[in-house]
Amino acid sequence: MAIDKGTVEQVAHLARIELGPGELEKLSRQLHDILGFIDKLSVLNIAMVEPASHILPISNVLREDEVRTCLTVDQALENAPSKNGNFFSVPKVIE
Amino acid sequence: MRYQTVIGLEVHLQLKTKTKAFCGCAIDFGKTPNSGVCPVCLGFPGTLPVYNKEALNSAIKVALAFSCQIQEHTKFDRKNYFYPDLPKNYQISQFDLPLSRHGYLDIFSDNKTKRIGITRVHLEEDAGKLIHESNASMVDFNRAGVPLLEIVSEPDLNSPQEAFDYLTSLKNIIEYLDVSDCDMEKGSLRCDANISLRPEGSKELGVKAELKNMNSFKGVKDALVFEVDRQAALLEAGQAMVQETRLWDAENGETVSMRNKEGAKDYRYFPDPDLTVFIIEQTMVSRIKSQLPELPHDKMRRFMRDYGLSEYDAKILVSSKKNAQFAEECIRKYPGKDKKNMANWLIGPMLSEANSRKVELHELNVNMEDLISLIGFVENQSISHLSAKLVLTQMIDSQKPAELIIRENNMLQISDTAELEQVISGVIRENEKSVTSFRAGKTNALMFLVGQVMKKSAGKANPKIVGELIKRRLTDA
Amino acid sequence: MELNQLTAHELLDKLRSKQVASGQILDSLYARIEAVEPKVKAYARFKPGNTQANGLAGLLPVTVKDNICTEGLNTECCSKILCGFRPPYDATVISKLKKSGNAIFPLKANMDEFAFGSSTENSSFGPTHNPWNLECVPGGSSGGSAAAVASDEAIWALGSDTGGSIRQPASFCGVVGLKPTYGRVSRFGLIAFASSLDQIGPITKDVEDAAILARIISGYDPNDSTSVNQDLPDYTDSLGKDIKGVKIGIPKEYFIEGLDPEVKLVIEEAIKKLESLGAVSKQVSLPHTQYAVPVYYIVATAEASSNLARFDGVQYGYRAKSDSLIQMYKKTRAEGFGEEAKRRIILGTFALSHGYYDAYYLRALKVRTLIKNDFDAVFKDFDCIITPTSPTPAFKIGEKTADPLQMYLSDIYTISVNLAGIPAISIPCGFSKSGLPIGLQIMAKPFNEGMLFRLAHAFEQSTQWHKVKPRL
Repeated sequence: MAIDKGTVEQVAHLARIELGPGELEKLSRQLHDILGFIDKLSVLNIAMVEPASHILPISNVLREDEVRTCLTVDQALENAPSKNGNFFSVPKVIE
Repeated sequence: MRYQTVIGLEVHLQLKTKTKAFCGCAIDFGKTPNSGVCPVCLGFPGTLPVYNKEALNSAIKVALAFSCQIQEHTKFDRKNYFYPDLPKNYQISQFDLPLSRHGYLDIFSDNKTKRIGITRVHLEEDAGKLIHESNASMVDFNRAGVPLLEIVSEPDLNSPQEAFDYLTSLKNIIEYLDVSDCDMEKGSLRCDANISLRPEGSKELGVKAELKNMNSFKGVKDALVFEVDRQAALLEAGQAMVQETRLWDAENGETVSMRNKEGAKDYRYFPDPDLTVFIIEQTMVSRIKSQLPELPHDKMRRFMRDYGLSEYDAKILVSSKKNAQFAEECIRKYPGKDKKNMANWLIGPMLSEANSRKVELHELNVNMEDLISLIGFVENQSISHLSAKLVLTQMIDSQKPAELIIRENNMLQISDTAELEQVISGVIRENEKSVTSFRAGKTNALMFLVGQVMKKSAGKANPKIVGELIKRRLTDA
Repeated sequence: MELNQLTAHELLDKLRSKQVASGQILDSLYARIEAVEPKVKAYARFKPGNTQANGLAGLLPVTVKDNICTEGLNTECCSKILCGFRPPYDATVISKLKKSGNAIFPLKANMDEFAFGSSTENSSFGPTHNPWNLECVPGGSSGGSAAAVASDEAIWALGSDTGGSIRQPASFCGVVGLKPTYGRVSRFGLIAFASSLDQIGPITKDVEDAAILARIISGYDPNDSTSVNQDLPDYTDSLGKDIKGVKIGIPKEYFIEGLDPEVKLVIEEAIKKLESLGAVSKQVSLPHTQYAVPVYYIVATAEASSNLARFDGVQYGYRAKSDSLIQMYKKTRAEGFGEEAKRRIILGTFALSHGYYDAYYLRALKVRTLIKNDFDAVFKDFDCIITPTSPTPAFKIGEKTADPLQMYLSDIYTISVNLAGIPAISIPCGFSKSGLPIGLQIMAKPFNEGMLFRLAHAFEQSTQWHKVKPRL
């Protein structure tokens, strides 16, 4: 399956990555090659095969509803690039 | 043209487990921002989720209460989108293998019972909260990771009132299960509505609008009422509808289009590799089913059967879990043969006292024994029904026992015929006209004479006995 | 020999018999680092003269890859986007090491950014050099850990392996590297690349050290839903056992065009050696081998695209300045991620996106099942499978950076193991004519690490390859 620049641009937007014009060009070419290679999977007949989203046969892993200590507010905010009082701060969200 | 309204509701319910869905942070609201968080619910790099057993139990209870089929295989998926209140920029949710499907909820609307389909009940996690300032937005992650249930209805609701009744009914059931606070104003229950109109008789669905930002059941109804009118007007005018999300503006009473966010949504759902699949064994489902409390509908049927209540009365009593509990206890303790006597008191005077005070029955703090004794006074005709209601009001206000209030106010009825005969003699003497009318066959005159006796006895005469006595006197003579 | 040149088990013996104190070991390590680190660049954030021994708690220091969280110690995945990030928690493996009396070495090992790479050239701190030939790559993504162990700048180390990131650098650097069974070692605190493939494992100077370190870090962790609650044997019990009658499968699909003839020869010699020790080998088939790389680059990038979404400049790490939220996101991620990271995130996003999910992601998961079935079939009749770890010895720095696909193909022999979730080890088994190490890969059934150690130790004890040191 071919991948064109428009698709790469759209996908980069979904992934929230800004691409410069040169970067977009190069990446489109590279992804085209990589997907060309990946397309060899399409020769296999997989109609009856179960997908392996988990490789382990384990299931039903749960934890008891028991309280553990939280971080302090300072610890939570320690790494924040921008904060305001006890909040993380981001550029204004416009809805 | 006449249109049919088609509504489907998506309800998000916060489960009131002790801890969050995927970490051990205590769920405790109203705290300092970002104080109820840990590396897991903050989505810090390297951290991993482990699902809360109690949340799964609660979810299965809810699904069973809506008669859903619990799916044997269920799993978590990631719903990917960027938003600052979403710590990992994906929400752990369920996509193609939800916990349960194909349930229903019976609602009582317009005096008819209607069955509303439940498409699915699935598990997910809540996001944090954003507070918008003039030039920045601030993020509090305390709510992030609280276990949520999403309950999706079929588009079976055909009026804003039905939507309101659906929510009321849903909340009622959840209340019985005791798994969520269901408080829309506090956000523990949230509701989005999909609404479209179609020409009466048409099978095809119209173009829908998704309504958000309603924060009360009434808000949901109001938003839907507005939307029905708006869409009908557009359709009448022959304008094309656009599928869109609209926000309810409660202040101005209107829905407002959200400017179409750039690009179509593509959530890129895929199975969350950090979590395992869940195989819900039938034995587990049976065990949880056996632990379910009696639900409103069953309780209503039982009240009708055991206590001879009408459907209407029983429905009123079970529409609040706490009222139902209090009522049932009262009815059980009531020694009289006809349980309906007690039920009438609860549905009548008690409930109107509670409603006027905006509290639940048990919050009136009426001692059950005392209530039974009050009813006893009426039954043995020591006081009239009317005075008994006054006594009840005083009992609630003063927290004094019924008997004391009756004695203090000298309210016992006069049933002593000798005493009554004296008063009656006086009344007959003073009202010859009425006596003549009665004898001439006008029964109204009797009522008047009884009234006069009541007046003279300051209301304490037993009206039934008085009537008998007068009748006897006037016909014998 | 200097203390830093010894294996961990040798040093443990000396510590127990009080022949040396832990401070002396640290001193010798720091001296070595000051001397050779400017050439090797095995560590992230290393500054010359900044390596005074500052009284580490615990006995033997363990060098840790920069994607494993260490409380209060920078953990940046060698990415600008995580610059300055100090986790307020330890990874489970780190807690286990501390509990067992080991020290966490304060310098973290260099790596390909977010483990995206096979050469440790994709680090925001620049490439690590192969101690055997400074013009060559050390392999990747755990190239820093492998080079540090090979150059005696570390006693032992932890790496992570998603598609060969422990085994391939171990092979390129002439050291031992183990990828445990998926679920054997907790992933809590390992900054995820691909959650269904990632495992932490040891990189060591010999097999005994690998057995000791693997045992310490393994075991059930209630904080990781994918951790398996299964008996954990003492792997050192597998050491020194004979390998008579052990059945080895040699998959024909691994000995085809693209395999360097020198490597082929060395591996064949190694198999003969094992046979001389009593093992029996037979050719087997893993028919879906050729599909492993494409499956991997869909599954791993899809998971990565979602795992790395959290790096957005809101809670930690790098943030680009912008007044608009969407621009802040886009610029932060454009400036914070390196080229390979962006390539993989975009590829993975594409594979999951509407209209392509079935053709790419779902198809890949199905072929993953076929690959796992191949192994299940062989392991019905064989105890282990032996292959080269890599089709070539270490390549030159810069040789494959222009062609991502060529770089991806250098993991062709290691990737299937991660897709199938099975354990595998790489051990030194010889050298190329130019003096570069060559690694032998042994694979076993899930949770059968003991078999790997038994075979690897028998081979190692009958050869001298692990004792050869690079000249620096």
